[in-house]
Amino acid sequence: MSTKVSSARGGLQAFLFGTNGSLTALLVSLLIVFTLIIGQKFLSPTTLQSMAFQLPELGILSLAMMITLLKGGLNLSIIATANLCALAMAFCLTRLVPGTEGLTSYALIAVSLAAGFVVALIIGLINGYVIAYLGVSPILATLGTMTLVKGLAIGLTRGNVISGFPEPIVFIGNGTIAGVPFGILVFLACAIPVSIWLSRTPTGNAIYMIGSNEKATRYSGVDTRRVMLKVYVASSLLAAVAAVVMMSRFNSANASYGESYLLVTILAAVLGGVDPFGGAGKVIGLILALVILQVISSAFNLMGLSQFLTLSIWGAILIGATAFALRYRNKQRR
Amino acid sequence: MLEIFMRFRRSHEFWLAMVILLLCIILTVATDSFFTLRNLSDLLTSNAFIGILCAGLIVVLVSGGIDISFTATATVTQYVALTIANAYGATWVTLFLMAGGIGIVLGAINAIFIERFKIHSIIVSIATLNIFYGLLIYFTRGKYIYTLPDFFTTGVNFFEFEYDQIPYSLNLQILLLVGSFLLTWFILNRTNVGRQIYAMGGNPDAAKRLGFSTFRLNLFVYCYMGFIAGVASLAQAQFAQSVAPTVLVGKELDVLAAVVLGGASLSGGVGTVLGTFLGLTLLALLQNGLVLIGVSSYYTQFVTGAVILISVSATALEAARQHRLKRARA
Repeated sequence: MSTKVSSARGGLQAFLFGTNGSLTALLVSLLIVFTLIIGQKFLSPTTLQSMAFQLPELGILSLAMMITLLKGGLNLSIIATANLCALAMAFCLTRLVPGTEGLTSYALIAVSLAAGFVVALIIGLINGYVIAYLGVSPILATLGTMTLVKGLAIGLTRGNVISGFPEPIVFIGNGTIAGVPFGILVFLACAIPVSIWLSRTPTGNAIYMIGSNEKATRYSGVDTRRVMLKVYVASSLLAAVAAVVMMSRFNSANASYGESYLLVTILAAVLGGVDPFGGAGKVIGLILALVILQVISSAFNLMGLSQFLTLSIWGAILIGATAFALRYRNKQRR
Repeated sequence: MLEIFMRFRRSHEFWLAMVILLLCIILTVATDSFFTLRNLSDLLTSNAFIGILCAGLIVVLVSGGIDISFTATATVTQYVALTIANAYGATWVTLFLMAGGIGIVLGAINAIFIERFKIHSIIVSIATLNIFYGLLIYFTRGKYIYTLPDFFTTGVNFFEFEYDQIPYSLNLQILLLVGSFLLTWFILNRTNVGRQIYAMGGNPDAAKRLGFSTFRLNLFVYCYMGFIAGVASLAQAQFAQSVAPTVLVGKELDVLAAVVLGGASLSGGVGTVLGTFLGLTLLALLQNGLVLIGVSSYYTQFVTGAVILISVSATALEAARQHRLKRARA
């Protein structure tokens, strides 16, 4: 009996000090503090809705970053990929769709979006091939593709913006279904399959294994190169989904949108408990981290504080949370 | 002598040097304006900011760490040092002392987080980048500074001379660029600390067991990076003739690209000052050359990306080939 109680207490303690538990605790305390400072307005439906509008872009991009971090890599080209995909989609949308109606219009929209995903697939294959089969370190390879892809986007558009999309596209980023922003549904439609992919499939399992020890995984009979290729392709395709949301929210596409997101995606993933050297991390942790970042950003906005102060608080929370997690892990080992 | 040459011939630096030489020959033949004193002086001056930072980042990479925060450090030092200089007056010496000092303090913050909390440098520096930059813009409201002290606006010009009616001189940017590379070379190759940094980067556990204080070494490495960022920020402000707090952050990956193109490994212990200089030269020549040849400047980034990708792939393939050869011999 007593052992049961103590193990239950141990479980609670493990939860509270584990990544997701401490993130939940942090989130709850932030919510309490901000509600006390700002008042009712903070938890009003309008605020919640605006948070849900802002979260998906960074959320989907962070997922794209996270899966590469899990396998012990990194993808610096996600933003550039998203922008080039958005431009490809925008180019097709503005050339093909105007003047068409009904089913043809929808079919052409689908074709336009598909064009963007093909671009993402190609970039993903290049990244995956160079990293998995040529053995280039991920940071170097994706630094190269980032420059290449962004350069291509600038070269093709001469830095100009493509704007003006048909109604259904605008809906993705700005519409709501029963009060719930459609974008957050898109985010969940990415996060849930990725979570299942990572935790319930052999490939997902192999990703974590490669992240903790690539050589051992290869010797145990896993085709590590194929798995790594898949990871970079998936990362690229997620960037393309982010491209759709971004393009729809801005109602335009450009070669250099959202560049400040790049390091923030790593920040979000690491805050969410992803080991930056691979092998550990869960989608649920990432979601908690994203909500925390969004809550801080929205609360600061309501309090009239600069977005730059938000940036520095995000940085401080990253250091604080990582230090806390490491300290707890070291204590456990002893 | 022959043996040294043979060893050099197989090195990464040799291939880089060959590519640069080829590029130089092509550009000299294809354009009239490349191999001129004017172009070379412009090249050095305009690439000084990125170049000086390269000289700092190579030390961090050799030590086995990474720093992303130096652009934020540079922004802060530039802003604070020149604001103080505007308010209370300053000389070259006090200005550099301030910039270097602030850089060292910010670098020490990085080092303390890395060593005391045992957090990896990439996480710490992503966080401190946001903290330094966010706080600076918050307190200054992102205002540009257009009026700078007179002596600073004039800059320094040693050995002034005229050639074809165009004045040339050894300006602040070139001096600082050359100075910082020499200083880094001296530290890494001619001092005890430098050799210890290589040892720590190659194998931190072994270095610890040999009795090296990794805390002191890391403190030195990140403070040096901060100091260099301070120096680079003054070169940039003098070149731009203003302080713009929002333009520097975002250039950190350009610096990283140049250093890793020069052969530095991200896992530490590997990398040379010569290689770094060649990597920087290659990227600078590429951008300069494309403009001179008449390629639309919209495409320079595309070509740069292609060169980085091809170069890192070729290096990886060559490394794999060497590895196979070694195995076959064994």
